[in-house]
Amino acid sequence: MGRAGKIARRTFLIGSAAIAGGVAFGVYKLNQTPENPLVAGDGQSILNPYILIDQTGITIITPRAEMGQGVHTSLAAMVAEELDVRWQDIRVEHGPPGAAYANDVLAKSALLIKDFEPRSNLLLKVEDNLAKAPKVFGMQLTGGSSTTADGYHKMRLAGATARQVLIEAAAKRWGGDPAELQTHDGVVISSSGKTATYTDLAAEAALIEPPQGIPLKPKSEWRYLGTSMPRVDMVSKSTGTAQYGIDTRLDGMLFASIKTNPRLGGPMISFDATAAKSQPGVRKIVDLGNGVAVIATNTWLAMQALELIDFTWGDAPYPAESAEINATIAKAFEARANTTLRNDGDPDEVLSNANPDEIITAEYSAAYLAHAAMEPLNATALFEGDKLTIWSGNQAPVYTRQKVAKAVDLPRDQVTLITPLIGGSFGRRLEFDYSIIAARIAREMPGTAIKTTWSREQDMTHDFYRPAAIARFRGLMSDTGPIVFDGKLATQSAVQSFAGRLAGLPVFGPDRVLVEGMYDQPYGIANYRVAGHIADLDLPVGFWRSVGNSHNGFFHECFMDELATANDLDPLAMRLRLMQGVHAPSAKVLERVAAMAGWTGKSGKNIGRGVAFTYSWGTPTAQIVEVRDTPNGIRITKVWAAVDVGVALDPRNIQAQVMSGIIYGLSAAMMGEITFSDGQVEQTNFPDYDALRMDNSPDIAVEVLENKDRITGIGEPGVPPAMPALANALYDLTGKRARSLPLNQHFDFA
Amino acid sequence: MAFNLTVDGTAYSVDVPADMPLLWVLRDELGLTGTKYGCGISACGACTVQIDGQAVRSCVLPISDLSGEVTTIEGLGTPENLATIQQSWIDHQVAQCGYCQPGQIMQAAAFLAENPFPTNQDIDTAMAGNLCRCGTYPRIRAAIKDAARQMRGG
Ligand code: FES
Ligand code: FES
Repeated sequence: MGRAGKIARRTFLIGSAAIAGGVAFGVYKLNQTPENPLVAGDGQSILNPYILIDQTGITIITPRAEMGQGVHTSLAAMVAEELDVRWQDIRVEHGPPGAAYANDVLAKSALLIKDFEPRSNLLLKVEDNLAKAPKVFGMQLTGGSSTTADGYHKMRLAGATARQVLIEAAAKRWGGDPAELQTHDGVVISSSGKTATYTDLAAEAALIEPPQGIPLKPKSEWRYLGTSMPRVDMVSKSTGTAQYGIDTRLDGMLFASIKTNPRLGGPMISFDATAAKSQPGVRKIVDLGNGVAVIATNTWLAMQALELIDFTWGDAPYPAESAEINATIAKAFEARANTTLRNDGDPDEVLSNANPDEIITAEYSAAYLAHAAMEPLNATALFEGDKLTIWSGNQAPVYTRQKVAKAVDLPRDQVTLITPLIGGSFGRRLEFDYSIIAARIAREMPGTAIKTTWSREQDMTHDFYRPAAIARFRGLMSDTGPIVFDGKLATQSAVQSFAGRLAGLPVFGPDRVLVEGMYDQPYGIANYRVAGHIADLDLPVGFWRSVGNSHNGFFHECFMDELATANDLDPLAMRLRLMQGVHAPSAKVLERVAAMAGWTGKSGKNIGRGVAFTYSWGTPTAQIVEVRDTPNGIRITKVWAAVDVGVALDPRNIQAQVMSGIIYGLSAAMMGEITFSDGQVEQTNFPDYDALRMDNSPDIAVEVLENKDRITGIGEPGVPPAMPALANALYDLTGKRARSLPLNQHFDFA
Repeated sequence: MAFNLTVDGTAYSVDVPADMPLLWVLRDELGLTGTKYGCGISACGACTVQIDGQAVRSCVLPISDLSGEVTTIEGLGTPENLATIQQSWIDHQVAQCGYCQPGQIMQAAAFLAENPFPTNQDIDTAMAGNLCRCGTYPRIRAAIKDAARQMRGG
């Protein structure tokens, strides 16, 4: 078990009798400082919710989950930079659930604004207030490409403040002025050459009231930030020693697997487990209400036994076939729009006066998508009558603990949640279904730890999918660019679907996320309108890497390409003109990517090139995709990308995230599709829901710019432009405009 | 049924049904969790181990069909004593979530042992069965080329 885990568990074992040491710093500009969720054990000192020091060294507690995006490294670098410790001397652990770890930046993203526009003072005040909300509502979430921006100030301040109390502790011990003391690599040094290590001073430091307003280092003095750091998890991940949730091992543990109704949300009418019961290693069959779990001595034995159970499943609460589901989505256009967040000029008026032959119209669509993270869903739980411990790789610890506690009828503080490393998530592990199920299964065998692992088939067919979506456009061109860009979108609301699961009630209201990537793009068009319509479907949908941007980026940027090519305009130059005077950093990434690719607007024989741009999560991202016709089919040969994150804390990791986003996006665009028949998802494993592999993935070049005035994230922004850039490249290559995803329905790929 | 097997130089005996795949013997019976479950049907490569130096998908190899010595990622090298290829993975900062990487590394190591002068095409062909949902392919490619160079002693 991890150190932070031990601490958290001890909290509940010995409660308030724990050795006091938790002094919360004035890191939080809050009316009420949330309680420090860490409690010190023997010989440990907690300098604030992010830093734990004991004789064995310094542990940085990160409030966000590591699921591949490198945040444990980036967050640790922020603390280490200010604390002044050697990189090799730190350890990093995920923190327990705690209001102190709430995500302020994500809360701010709820505002119905266009992010690229300058903020007024009033807006900044509103944002500040919103930033307090997550502490109240438990928004300790890893998502929304927000981790770096959220941690940027508080993690550095935690390091700086801790360093200051360590200095003051040394000053007290030696007598004298703290201002005379210096630090170097985890040691406080006096002007006369006396030294004391941080570990030695920690206990005394924890008793000192932390000072306010410690200044942070200027950028020019950074030694870790702004540099590509070796990831803290790289050695363990290259040697098979990294511990993911699925690797949890506990004494005497058993292994479970589940099957639930493949018609999502439908009931189980009956089941017959006679044959399963007598299988080798099977210990218990558990009725989950909408499915069954088998507990056995080995995961595979549990999965095998499940295959022998006869189920009678009830119907799903949504139409049984994909065609009917898609028709239901299209029907949403007939009802009032949920939002019209872009509404410049008067598209209706201009179009009604236009020559109908000159109006360009198009309908686009995108399919449902699964997250398909490499580590199948799993969680391990140990139920001990009045308490439960659960090991679950998750992106939402406060909600997860709350939901798990409710499911097994325990008070929240009797549930200990440990968040191990996550083998990919892409939004899937913001949900709590798999944690709840593992807890319910463990309750059936008090005193025995049980690891519940979903088969790949169960994982893929029981996702909270990226919703399918349809967009309809009308456009009108002048000689230099669009004068009307009128788009409307119909899709299910992932926000309302998720919020409903969280609250246990239907949730309504304007949904910004539905239209993100479409209404909030930094283009100046005289008559520019984007409306969002919510489809009324009871099909479970959720947050998929880049969320609304994932389909809207495709729609918006393909139609932009159509408008340009219809008038023989260079699509890149046209975009640059539209950005003029709107958002300079966005124009710069576009210019940069053009230079990287040597964009001339002309591509050679058997070569197609496409460009796209999406401003998502505050990070403008431009990409150019190159495709080539080969005897075996079309290959994606090269992708160039330029991004602007404001402050590039770890350039090599930023590049990795952009590459990852591009491959994730291209995979979905090329071949990603979840379809339904008889109410069931038809794709069950990687052969029918595949992704790019080594032999068909392109070379990728990434450049990182810093022209923005604000630091923003990079986990998601690489995804959206990859899809339209590919579709636009295919148009350039073939002259065929594909308006629906996936693209392998229109083209033969090598 | 009882089966004897040698994994990473250690001899084990397990009592499991004959059709249990090696993957689940390693993970649940022996507690060697470095080898990962991804698909169970030989479609992702996460479970790749070596048997007498050959890369094998352990999720579809019944224990009764096992003959030869098994090497897992834990046996290839350790944090204190890294194999050349693992060092190359670290030098190139390949892993993101890292879940596919034990399989990638076992596949690459077996491949390089047989082909010390791989072309890009060879690498693509050898690695196409190993899925990485985080999209680390560009860095895997670079790490393999670098490891090949080092293993050749240059
Ligand atoms: S788990 Fe064996 S190939 Fe996927
Ligand atoms: S590193 Fe995450 S799946 Fe490969």
